[in-house]
Amino acid sequence: MKIKKNIAVSETGFVFDPTTGDSYSLNPIGAEIMTLMKEGKELPDIQKFVLDKYDVDKATFEKSYLDFMNMIRQFHLTEE
Amino acid sequence: MATKKLPFERPLIKKLNVGIPNKFGLKTEYDPITHIDGVAIKDLINQFGSPFYVISEKTIRETYREAKRAFTTRYPKVQFAWSYKTNYLNAVCNVFHQEGSWAEVVSGFEYDKAIANRVQGQHIIFNGPDKTEADIRKAIVNGSLIHIDHFDELYTIIELSEQMEQKPKVSIRVNMDTGIYPIWSRFGFNYENGEAWEALNRIMLSKKLELMGLHAHIGTYIMVPWAYGHAAAKLADLAVGIQKKFNHHIKYIDTGGGFASKNTLKGAFIPGSDTCPTFDAYAEAITSAIINSGIHPEHMPILILETGRALIDDSGSLIGSVIAIKRLAEGKRAMVVDIGVNLLFTSFWYEHKITPAQPFTHYTEDTVIYGPLCMNIDVIRDNISFPLLNKGDHFVISRIGAYNMTQWMQFITLRPNIVMIDMDGKPHIIRKGETNDSVTSQEVVPDYLKKITV
Amino acid sequence: MKKKKITVAVSGLNNTDNPGPGIPVIRGIRESKEFDVRIIGLAYENLEPGIYLHDIVDKTYQIPYPSAGTDPLIQRIEYIHSVEKIDVIIPNFDAELYSFMRSSDVLKEMKIHTFLPTMEQFEERHKSNLPAFGKKYGITVPFSRPIFGENEIFGLTADFTYPLLVKGKYYDAYVAYNPEQVRMYFNKIASKWGLPIIIQEFIHGTEVNVIALGDGKGNTIGAVPMRKQYITDKGKAWGGITLDDENMLELTRKIIGQTKWRGGMEFELIKTISNDLFLIEINPRIPAWVYLAVGAGQNLPEALIKLALGMEVKPYESYQVGKLFIRFSMDMIVELEEFEKLSTFGEL
Repeated sequence: MKIKKNIAVSETGFVFDPTTGDSYSLNPIGAEIMTLMKEGKELPDIQKFVLDKYDVDKATFEKSYLDFMNMIRQFHLTEE
Repeated sequence: MATKKLPFERPLIKKLNVGIPNKFGLKTEYDPITHIDGVAIKDLINQFGSPFYVISEKTIRETYREAKRAFTTRYPKVQFAWSYKTNYLNAVCNVFHQEGSWAEVVSGFEYDKAIANRVQGQHIIFNGPDKTEADIRKAIVNGSLIHIDHFDELYTIIELSEQMEQKPKVSIRVNMDTGIYPIWSRFGFNYENGEAWEALNRIMLSKKLELMGLHAHIGTYIMVPWAYGHAAAKLADLAVGIQKKFNHHIKYIDTGGGFASKNTLKGAFIPGSDTCPTFDAYAEAITSAIINSGIHPEHMPILILETGRALIDDSGSLIGSVIAIKRLAEGKRAMVVDIGVNLLFTSFWYEHKITPAQPFTHYTEDTVIYGPLCMNIDVIRDNISFPLLNKGDHFVISRIGAYNMTQWMQFITLRPNIVMIDMDGKPHIIRKGETNDSVTSQEVVPDYLKKITV
Repeated sequence: MKKKKITVAVSGLNNTDNPGPGIPVIRGIRESKEFDVRIIGLAYENLEPGIYLHDIVDKTYQIPYPSAGTDPLIQRIEYIHSVEKIDVIIPNFDAELYSFMRSSDVLKEMKIHTFLPTMEQFEERHKSNLPAFGKKYGITVPFSRPIFGENEIFGLTADFTYPLLVKGKYYDAYVAYNPEQVRMYFNKIASKWGLPIIIQEFIHGTEVNVIALGDGKGNTIGAVPMRKQYITDKGKAWGGITLDDENMLELTRKIIGQTKWRGGMEFELIKTISNDLFLIEINPRIPAWVYLAVGAGQNLPEALIKLALGMEVKPYESYQVGKLFIRFSMDMIVELEEFEKLSTFGEL
């Protein structure tokens, strides 16, 4: 899944969608994941990054990642 | 050993709704509740499982003493009577009795409980509309204070007084307009329409009953102390009238219960912790109304208080765990927990304070918190801005000491352990978690239904 | 004379078509000849225009909603105070007054001054208590009573004739012509501001207003009567004119004298054809049209700050009659970075 090209993710976790005019806020880990996605990274890379950095098991990460992806999709921030 | 990793939080994206302030960036964090009276919640969960109720003996005693101080510094003769219906676990009742509280009961079941707790008969106040003849007989023999609710009861007592040796000790419950809504006119005799006087005349003229006092209980969760002032003034007015007409001095005025607690009622704009009047405010309204009344200073009646909720709510907590985190079809976050309306009856009218029991960040999501029951109305909070918990995380629901351990439901599951933490920080089970047997032992299956072939 | 440097925190920066009093209060303060003021804005929502008006507000912080309770509010103020050293806070929303009044002692310990009504003054002038208030102070008020449930609506005709007014505890008032409309407004207001809902007799006449400031000892420090000349569809004044009306001033002095009102306030009155005045509401804070009073010669925001700081304040004796205010709206251009900064850090 790819984040739309014109969407910028700031270091502070602020996201602006110039197509719709909507703004979003991310928590720090959300901002990290979205930045990795902007760099074109896919699930395996992202998973490795998160599991290396944070104290979390694979299942918990996977559940929360899927939920996060659903929200991003629901907000139409991805390229179809 | 692995290198030290950072604590994980679910990734979160939240739309910034223009106009509605978001909680991001607002550094107004609150802290997790990790301990209760110095005991780690983790240890308690290991020992007692999840969910369970915790009662702080320290908080009960401190709250009681605070309330007592508020009244005794303003009025010479004050007596508290513990409202059994609010929480009738024997350990809880006995903490109050140790502090000097009498018992206030509203059914034969509660009456027997008080007797079993070894409260002296003359220190039991018997309220409520449903006292059986057997109950009344017992109360008369024990010299308990019977607060008459209606004429049918009054006539039963008069009848009994003619058969029995002991003189029944009675009071009447009076309902009245104290300037608040709703008026609880279903209990007792009305002040404004003269019904209370009719009852008093009947009692005094029978000569077989001893009129001890006057009782009112104006409502529940009353946020305006002045309403109690009005009630006390009207009771005092009746007392003066009784003295004039019958030359009889009543022994006490009982202003009942109904003080608010710091819980926030649903639909309230400002939280209960900010709006709940202090004991001092209630005490000031009640005591000054009696002191300023026409009652002669030499015959000042004892002031009895049946405060329940305000004395016990803060001491109780429910500890629970997250069963599941869900995303509802409409995009809303839902959290399923192991505490439902079966254990938290008060969630029907309060927005209970729920706090994680482990560290969390200031990132939150608008969340609906569901209980574990297969029942659509099992909702603990329908919209709370809540930190990002995971399955298995623990939380504390505060201020649940009143009514939840008496109005609970057994529905499809069992009631859990109730633990009291004593003054030295030692936990004691004061009610064991139920087993299947606790529920089924009362069942009887007819022989012809015992054979099944499924 | 060298101006005294002070820092004043002000809320109500929502200068919209239903404006909060923050911006006009600040404009009054900024015109003070005695104070050199740094203004700290306190905002609830991220599009309150005042946040982005940098020549009016020096720095803005978001604060938690009053519904979060006093503790989070005080924590937030403590943080802001640690950075800004606030001398005076002027809260401008009805809904937040309760929290600030409750916290005034805590704020005082932090050396932050306020000049707010007492809890008793605040409570007794509540819309739901207006009949008792009128009786106590000998002031004519329209008949009203609170209702707590929809089931009381059909019984209203015992006490009222239609049309009648349906009002919320803090804000909102609607004219209803039948029970169906009462029900609609009841639900609309109750969902926003809670119960009770106040039902009030509809008095025919002209609405007139007085802005006033009481010193807490019974003295009226300033008072300016005004008539709204143009009212928006939200019922807000879009233009108004100062009046010469001794009756209105007399009534103001009578109420402030008896209640010993402390702080800013606004009276909403109905003047009937026979020139009788009905008090319909007391707002326990400075109204949004305060700048008209400043323009007419009474800088009430400045006087309020002096009272808060414990300074001697001489009452204003006069004001210019026939001064008008006309509101206008203007679009300002805001960079996304500013919105981002406020949304992410809660300050700008």
